Amino acid sequence: MNAESQHVCKPGDYKSDTTPIWCPGCGDYHVLLSLTRALAELGLPPERIAVVSGIGCSSRIPAYTNCYGFHGVHGRALPVAAGLKVARPDLTVVVASGDGDGYSIGGNHFLHACRRNIDLTYIVMDNHIYGMTKGQPSPTTEPDFDTALSPGGTGLRTFNPLVIALASGANLVARAFSGNINETVSIIVEAIRHPGFSFVEVLSPCVTFRPDQKAWKNRVHAAPVGATDDPGRAARRLMTDDGFNLGVLYRGDRRPYQPRVGGTTGDLTELEKEFEI
Amino acid sequence: MAEASSVSVAFVGSGGAGVLTTGAMLLEAACTAGWNGLLTRSVGPQIRGGEAAALVRLAAHPLECHTDHFDLVIAVDWLNAHRFAAELPLNSRSLVLSDPLGGAVPDFVTAAGARVIEIPLKQMSKASPEWRANMIALGAAARLLRMPDDALPASIAKRFGAKGAAIVNANVSAVEAGAKAVEAQPFEPRLPAPRAHTSKRWLITGNEAAALGALRGGVRFVAAYPITPASEILEWLAPNLGKVGGVLVQAEDELASINMIIGGSYGGTPALTATSGPGLSLMIEAIGLATAAEIPIVVIDVMRGGPSTGIPTKSEQSDLNIAVYGLHGDAPHIVVAPQSVTDCLFTTQWATYLAEALQAPALVLSDQFLGQTLAAIERPADIAFVGERLKAVEFVTPYKRYALGGTGVSPMAIPGTRGGQYTADGLTHTERGVPTSTVADHRAQLDKRRDKLDQFNYGAHWATIQGAGDVAVLTWGSLTGAAREAIAIARADGLEVKLIAPRLLSPPRPKEMAAALANVKRLLVVEQTHSAQFYRYLKAHYELPANTGVLHRAGPLPILPSEIHRVLMTGDAA
Repeated sequence: MNAESQHVCKPGDYKSDTTPIWCPGCGDYHVLLSLTRALAELGLPPERIAVVSGIGCSSRIPAYTNCYGFHGVHGRALPVAAGLKVARPDLTVVVASGDGDGYSIGGNHFLHACRRNIDLTYIVMDNHIYGMTKGQPSPTTEPDFDTALSPGGTGLRTFNPLVIALASGANLVARAFSGNINETVSIIVEAIRHPGFSFVEVLSPCVTFRPDQKAWKNRVHAAPVGATDDPGRAARRLMTDDGFNLGVLYRGDRRPYQPRVGGTTGDLTELEKEFEI
Repeated sequence: MAEASSVSVAFVGSGGAGVLTTGAMLLEAACTAGWNGLLTRSVGPQIRGGEAAALVRLAAHPLECHTDHFDLVIAVDWLNAHRFAAELPLNSRSLVLSDPLGGAVPDFVTAAGARVIEIPLKQMSKASPEWRANMIALGAAARLLRMPDDALPASIAKRFGAKGAAIVNANVSAVEAGAKAVEAQPFEPRLPAPRAHTSKRWLITGNEAAALGALRGGVRFVAAYPITPASEILEWLAPNLGKVGGVLVQAEDELASINMIIGGSYGGTPALTATSGPGLSLMIEAIGLATAAEIPIVVIDVMRGGPSTGIPTKSEQSDLNIAVYGLHGDAPHIVVAPQSVTDCLFTTQWATYLAEALQAPALVLSDQFLGQTLAAIERPADIAFVGERLKAVEFVTPYKRYALGGTGVSPMAIPGTRGGQYTADGLTHTERGVPTSTVADHRAQLDKRRDKLDQFNYGAHWATIQGAGDVAVLTWGSLTGAAREAIAIARADGLEVKLIAPRLLSPPRPKEMAAALANVKRLLVVEQTHSAQFYRYLKAHYELPANTGVLHRAGPLPILPSEIHRVLMTGDAA
């Protein structure tokens, strides 16, 4: 729905009065701020937006917005959002997740959401750790990072979500840093506007279990070149970048998946005829 | 010639031999001629080359189950037939037509003392390139049953008409050849004259009936993940849902399909998925979410033999425990069970109505027997149960999605409605939906969800209660038909037996059950589980008479009317 001209919207219109449970200094506060600013910039009425999530620190975000929210079970935000968007294509559906929820327990849905290419915006707040359960390794945790559950580190190579998204068919692939609010706002705005499945990985530091991530602000940098629409070129860039390359990195033009809903209201008795003796 | 109340026919052959088609065509032709009947299948897991049998029972009256022996067996081949020997009871009056090229007649046939006649089906089929052994078998069966000569050609024209006149004619001549081959063969059992039917009748499977019931109940969003023996529900809905303004999405797994329908329903569209035991196991966590977040959904579980992969192609009632008790936490939800092929339509429609009215998940416990049985039924009446949830349209600030009080059903805001924004949450929440961990909020919301289900008026639909007397059979689901037939036999023997079959399994109805059991002195519980799940469920929720016996057995062997009748007459359930 195009309601961008209805009235002037402020980020505060999209915030609820519920106090976040996040630790002071958590990157997710900035993601919430960027999301509400992006929604204000788009001018979408809050009741036309649904924010869907699973479980984890990041997934608390729906209740902190003044949109319709859905806080489901661990790893299943994408299927909930897919069902909602297919049944209600008139809504703007934003999906929020984290690296544990989205890449580990929900990994299979990530592949198929990219492949299905429903018009969703998938924002993953990646802090390379399970924060809510107090510091276990996620698929993006470095192999030598020591935790109680993985003494001495997992020894496993990290998951590259952007490459996976691209290979699985996501229609827009971007990386943002929670601390760069203006840039994150513009990436989210573009991701919501872009048809099909838009994937935005937001590096969002966990100050409690990954205090080392406070240094991320010094490591992130704008991508040296703009987005490409060539998946092969995008793949090479994503495979070889340093993981701190920010911006929209791939922009595709696949047609979104949207079966027609409510187009016909045929008579049920017509369907019965095949059974008549 | 002896008139039997019903005649049972089995077509036997390896998967791919076409025996299931043969069975369906015999049933279709008989029903078109005015008889009633049903077809069940016994198949192995292989798509081609495994064992297969089409089991047909015909009568003048509508049928709900098989009886204790087959009058006629036609074997295109006996490949792996020993695997369903137990499902093909024969006696000395049974006639078995066996193709000598189809392998040796199995021991279980000769041991039963059945009369075996050779019929060279494959050899005969070589007379024409368009002939198939199974069609010759079909012609033989129709002749032995004394079906009118025009019954099969009409059925053939209907099924093969699109392939052209040459194919139709070839098949007609094949069935004629089969009829001729058995012309001189004596065959005792004789069907009563068919009835004249004034009302509309359908030939439908339970799975198709359930799918149609879902549409009648208002389901317009379906997420699908294929699984035996539930796929036909989804496959029937896939092309038909769009015709009534709905949509079906294939999911990547059952975790996705259940969460997709939760999303669709959260958006305001009545939503359903269908699965079997392994899929239900995967869905359980999300069903708890739908309970906590009060999202209406319908999940059909077409039960098969379990645990684990079990016997995917064969029936059992052993998902009762997981359906009623499988959710973690205290999670009241609705569990209903259809009692016949016809009832698959009503019960699924009712489940949709209940889910929407109570903003809760409704599980429909069908099973492979009901789901894949093709039966002639009276067209189920149009009934008023159309799912419609209580929607919030006007709001006082702040909107309390999970407001307490009243019936426990609180108005639900549908996304897009201004002023109704809230977050549906699986976390324990306040009336507004805000996460909380206080004792008071937790209790209040648990009470709300329990009370709205407990206090609802389910009406007479909660159970089928028929007959009177101080002896009763208490059963559920697909065994209701067998129990009904057993009770009819007992009545002929002078014993009046009451039938009690709850359609609503959760929440339990203690008052109603107490009334149903009030004058019952002797009770027989009948169920198809290894561990007497239903009996234990009944003991947990209801007061049963001191004299209560249990006839229970794991699938896939169906419990037959004759077995129930024997226990009723002797009192010996062991």
